[in-house]
Amino acid sequence: MDELITYGPELAQGFLENIKLALVGLVVSFILGTILVAMRVSPTPVLRAAGTAYVNVVRNTPLTLVLAFSALGLSDQLGLVFSDQPETNSFWLVGLGLGAYTAAFVCEALRAGINTVPMGQAEASRAIGLTFFQTLTMIILPQAFRAVIAPLGSVVIAMIKNTTVATAGGLLTDSAATMKIVFDTTGASIPIFLGVIAAFMVLILPIGYFTGWLSRKLAVVR
Amino acid sequence: MSTSVLFDVPGPRARVRNHLLTLVSVVLVGAVLYGVYRGFDAKGQWAGKIWEPFIQADTWREFIIPGLIGTLKAAAAAAVLAMLFGMVFGLARLSDHAWIRVPAGVIVEVFRAIPLLLLIFFIFYLAPSVMGGGDYAFFAVVLGLTLYNGSVLAEVVRAGVLSVARGQSEAGYAIGMRKNQVMRLVLLPQAITVMMPAIVSQLVVLLKDTALGYIIAYVDLLNTGFKILPAVFFGSLIPAAIVIGIIYVALNMSLSYLATWLERRTRRSRKVTAGPVEPPSAMAAVGAGQPTGGPIID
Amino acid sequence: MHMRRTGAVLSLAALLGGVAACGGGDDKSYATVVEKIQGGGKLVVGTKWDQPSLGLKKGAEPEGFDVDVAKAVVKELAGGKDVDIEWKESASSNREPFLANGTVDLIFATYSITEERKKKVTFGGPYVIAHQDVMVRKDDTSINTPQDLKGKKICKAAGSNSYKRITDPPPDGQLDLDATTVDAASYSECVQKLGGSNLDALTTDDLILAGFAKQAGGNFKVLGQGFTNEKYGIGIKKGDTKTCEAVNTAVKKLWDNGTMKQLQEKWFGGIQGLKLTETAPPAEGCA
Repeated sequence: MDELITYGPELAQGFLENIKLALVGLVVSFILGTILVAMRVSPTPVLRAAGTAYVNVVRNTPLTLVLAFSALGLSDQLGLVFSDQPETNSFWLVGLGLGAYTAAFVCEALRAGINTVPMGQAEASRAIGLTFFQTLTMIILPQAFRAVIAPLGSVVIAMIKNTTVATAGGLLTDSAATMKIVFDTTGASIPIFLGVIAAFMVLILPIGYFTGWLSRKLAVVR
Repeated sequence: MSTSVLFDVPGPRARVRNHLLTLVSVVLVGAVLYGVYRGFDAKGQWAGKIWEPFIQADTWREFIIPGLIGTLKAAAAAAVLAMLFGMVFGLARLSDHAWIRVPAGVIVEVFRAIPLLLLIFFIFYLAPSVMGGGDYAFFAVVLGLTLYNGSVLAEVVRAGVLSVARGQSEAGYAIGMRKNQVMRLVLLPQAITVMMPAIVSQLVVLLKDTALGYIIAYVDLLNTGFKILPAVFFGSLIPAAIVIGIIYVALNMSLSYLATWLERRTRRSRKVTAGPVEPPSAMAAVGAGQPTGGPIID
Repeated sequence: MHMRRTGAVLSLAALLGGVAACGGGDDKSYATVVEKIQGGGKLVVGTKWDQPSLGLKKGAEPEGFDVDVAKAVVKELAGGKDVDIEWKESASSNREPFLANGTVDLIFATYSITEERKKKVTFGGPYVIAHQDVMVRKDDTSINTPQDLKGKKICKAAGSNSYKRITDPPPDGQLDLDATTVDAASYSECVQKLGGSNLDALTTDDLILAGFAKQAGGNFKVLGQGFTNEKYGIGIKKGDTKTCEAVNTAVKKLWDNGTMKQLQEKWFGGIQGLKLTETAPPAEGCA
């Protein structure tokens, strides 16, 4: 227990870094994921193919490789630099890498949501003379959105957990890297491990319960 | 796209508009690809010299293949153990006895919520003090992957058994079967078929997550391909990333296709009374508080 | 059902135990590394795998100066017999835990003897002396002496202390300059970074830099102004003084019979501005 108190502030600092990364990842992945899903359901075959290719490649690549590549490849070799401060630079690289990776999963969740809306709904709305945008905004998206809450919740939870892989992108200030550095001096410490995972659970469990509750409450009864 | 819920079958005006849109997007996608190509070219990343190592058999024999074997070894061991773990804990969660059901439930929920890398770090540092000196990189990767993916699979197993129509077990009991006969002869054979696609997609996640071993210096594909190889062949970092990226994608996509094929087969099958279990989020576990992959009856 | 479940739990436990046994290393245990070598046990030696001319993975085994010294020392310890050596990559960040956990028996990996590290590790040797130096891009004219690193971006390889000599005052450091450190996992990563835009200079031991500069074929230049003495030691598990003493005897013998000089010539001969170690460095004593 003493170890957790001694190293508590450092670990808390690291955990804050995880939260900040998760926020960047959240914004980036939702924006990029929405663009991707728009491409994947568009009537243009080229855009569909490009979206599908992105999703399939990214989804099947390990996050460790994505992050290591964005640090060593994109930044060091190809000169993509966000800040002169190395730590700020790594932070944005990891945040954007995480967002680009998660976007593929956001896209898949959204697409699955659209697919849950039965064909009959769209056909019926066209039959009563609604335009494309009316169909989209009044019939399909409201139903798709509800179906998508729980899967999106899972994606967000997975992304929060994935912020621990930041080490691979050269960001050595997050809670996982801090824990490893502390373990180098203390050896494996059970209180420290339990403390860090408790912090993650406090963040993750409410999201799981909330999205689960919301999706049940809003579920479309068919 | 005639099957899309979003779009009607296009009329003449829409077809013209679509063709226009296609043209614009071809230009756009082409521009992006060309931009990437030029960006790499400006940094000399297409130079033959740094790609040359990858056409030599020695590079494959000494770096890539041993790394790939390391990855597959860890994945295979973890896959077998995770399926066992999932089977045991999935069934334990369905037990009639609270003293089995509740602890199994807690274990499954906790391991699903722990970030995998933290778990691997912890095992890596804890193992020597419990079991004496040695090299625990493989052990930590395999045990971490087992506990996490096993917990996800436990939920798949539970959902699979629950998805079999109620009448099946009732019929079993009605003809005088015992609990274990119902499970063994009636529920599991149907549930396993239904679970297969979900299990295989979780194995894709598992295979991908072996790359976390890189961080604790486990000798896997990422380690030999992305760390050692660029150190031996100076300047070949980006080619190395591209080559091993292709290997990972190819491996995982073939597994994914297996999953889709299994799923399609299950949907066609008329012998089973339940639809396929929805795969758990292919990215990672679903958080606690919501059942993974409820039954879809089609 | 109950029987089956118990059976499954048992087989799971057995399988996990099996994995543990795979990872667990030797069945036979030896009190010290010397005893292990003399008893014919398989020896695990840690070296770098990504540093040209010192320890670079080539095929099944690494090659380089550290690797050759390791082979020679182990042979001496075994009384001239050939010993079965398993090579293990030991990056700077892993050296202390690897020794403490018994993952490796001996470490020959550009391992400088420092007071800080002596608290965690017993050092044999030193077997050679390196000097901290600076490597920059070939076309960089703004850095000509170590003092020019003020305000520049220098590499901080995980587990290595070289950056402190620049950024900190004595006793830990030396120059106390205001330089920005850039994190990297290893020196090979530092070199990759130096080739790009996120790093201005790499400062570490001249032997390491010489190897990288040679490999990169003229993309980088080493200043050739070594400003510290880095005593390369042989990492041994803390407290194993018996092995440490045997290692020191072996190192002394290798200096006396000219092997060390010959190995330095083999890997670093003919590199301009590189100060090789001429005579046996005094042993540090085992603690």
